[in-house]
Amino acid sequence: MSDTIAHVAQTSPTEHGGSGQPSRGRRIGGLIVRILLVFVFGLPLVFLLVSSLKPDTQIFGDLTSVKAFLPVGDISLDNYSAVFDRVPFWRMLMNSIVISALTVTLGLIVNSMCAFALARLKFRGRAIILGVIIATLIVPFETLALPLLWWVNKLPYYDGSVGWLDTYEVQIIPFIANAFSIYLFYQYFDSIPKELDEAAIVDGAGWFTIYRKIIMPLSGPAIATVAILTFLPAWNQYLWPLMAIQTEELRPVQVGLDYFKQLNTAWGPLMAYASLITIPVLALFIAFQRSFINSIASSGVKG
Amino acid sequence: MTQTATLEPPVPESAISHRQRRFGKSQGRTAAWLVGPAVVLLVLFILIPIALTFSLAFTNAKLVSPQPGTFVGFENFSRMFHDPVFWKSMRNTVLFAVFVVPLQAGFALVLALLINAKVRGVNFFRTVYFLPVVTSIVVVSMLWQFMYQPDGLINSVLRAVSGGAIQGTDWLGNPTTALGAILLMSIWQGVGFHMVIWLSGLQTIPGDLYEASSLDGASTWQDFRYVTWPSLRQTRTFILVTITIQAFALFAQIQVMTQGGPLDSTSTVVFQAVRAGFAQQQTGYASAISLIFFVLVLSVSFVQRYLTSDKDVKK
Repeated sequence: MSDTIAHVAQTSPTEHGGSGQPSRGRRIGGLIVRILLVFVFGLPLVFLLVSSLKPDTQIFGDLTSVKAFLPVGDISLDNYSAVFDRVPFWRMLMNSIVISALTVTLGLIVNSMCAFALARLKFRGRAIILGVIIATLIVPFETLALPLLWWVNKLPYYDGSVGWLDTYEVQIIPFIANAFSIYLFYQYFDSIPKELDEAAIVDGAGWFTIYRKIIMPLSGPAIATVAILTFLPAWNQYLWPLMAIQTEELRPVQVGLDYFKQLNTAWGPLMAYASLITIPVLALFIAFQRSFINSIASSGVKG
Repeated sequence: MTQTATLEPPVPESAISHRQRRFGKSQGRTAAWLVGPAVVLLVLFILIPIALTFSLAFTNAKLVSPQPGTFVGFENFSRMFHDPVFWKSMRNTVLFAVFVVPLQAGFALVLALLINAKVRGVNFFRTVYFLPVVTSIVVVSMLWQFMYQPDGLINSVLRAVSGGAIQGTDWLGNPTTALGAILLMSIWQGVGFHMVIWLSGLQTIPGDLYEASSLDGASTWQDFRYVTWPSLRQTRTFILVTITIQAFALFAQIQVMTQGGPLDSTSTVVFQAVRAGFAQQQTGYASAISLIFFVLVLSVSFVQRYLTSDKDVKK
């Protein structure tokens, strides 16, 4: 079970039917169940996207028929212009993009460096650091959120003042180092033959060169996995910015949706806002579907 | 540094060990640079907050206050244990976990078995079942809040399907249905994640096990009972533990949809911690609640360790 990165999406499924081919009736039954489940999981999202194009009266009017899931009737982009008129949407979108991009990029560098040393170098304290990292894997962020809020409010800020609340930094820096990312990289690096290092050292390479020129280029799947597994929570961050950010200009999109909702907004514009922040992620998911599924799969393989 | 070692002439035993030590030392310095940033950040933003959870819980620290908190002993805990809302939140949290864990894990396994079949379009089905996982919980909560309204989508569908016999209710406004409604939505959102994890477990089961059992004339159910299920022990433990911890951490759905209401019927431990530590700025009290939450999580992980360690002979 300690295989490093799972490949669920690539593996061709195998029928474990026991006594040969399943019967025709069973096959059709299975297909019907699968299709019904498509409606269960898909229809609410179709409803979201379709309703974002309708005025409220029509959203409610269509509820009684199949029209609720069809873009018919009084279709327009009015709800979308209402979003841009009432909240600084582009600003919040930029905030979320910058925060997610920096959290992912800096996280990839910092966590892979740490994992590289843990997997391939001998040094004092290695076992302790690895042990602490594995021990903190289980700790959910929610247990630390409130003490952390107090703590970042006491930390010195670079401009000489005290307290990080209401900054970009407070939305990024606490989330760069990630025990789980380190652990995933560690498992992957550990599986790469150590002879590569020895050969490189004979050729006069230093450890940093080995990390950058040999190990990282071989670690595409691990990099993709960590990138996806850190992007999703960064983009979806809600509890933390809800508490740590007061200024609208620094707010990320998820908290923005919550505030927009509290302005007693009609449902149409809310659906439009929700569609705007959901479509890019759904598009990313569908484009990189294999990598997404494989990263989630490998997050379960914990030795 | 290290490469100079290859240039040296043959040396006696003692010098070799000396050289190795030097080699080790230079690795130590490189390692310090490599692990340094991550270690500093983990100490600052994980280890210190963990320590603070334990220490602040015994103080009256305030979020924004010129005065440092002072030691108050168990005052926060006795206030917590005398607060009916805390007990109600605790009850809701445990109740939520008790239902969501078997339901979500079981449903995810059914989905994984449906997907792990040699039929056309498996990719499509898997993608659709997974869509809610990549949709943010805030969006999902808003969407389902609309669907759960008295005149919302769910009641309209119920009325249409039953020909008007079922009228539905104000799902989120009714204390008896609110937590259940949030539970159903949470499973809808999260089940695809665990489907994929079950799937990766299913695909590690060697195919010859099934060949052997089909030679023995096993039925599909016997296949599942005696081959699939025992092979999934580690996956199973992992899934049960992650869903339990997620369930204990229930917050966003509550904040967006019900604010703990009606009549505290959906208030949870984390929701109370946020209310105390953020809205009321009472960090000390919030830390005491967080500490209880922390203990819950720790006990789950100890149970996990117990369940996986002694029986795990092979591997």
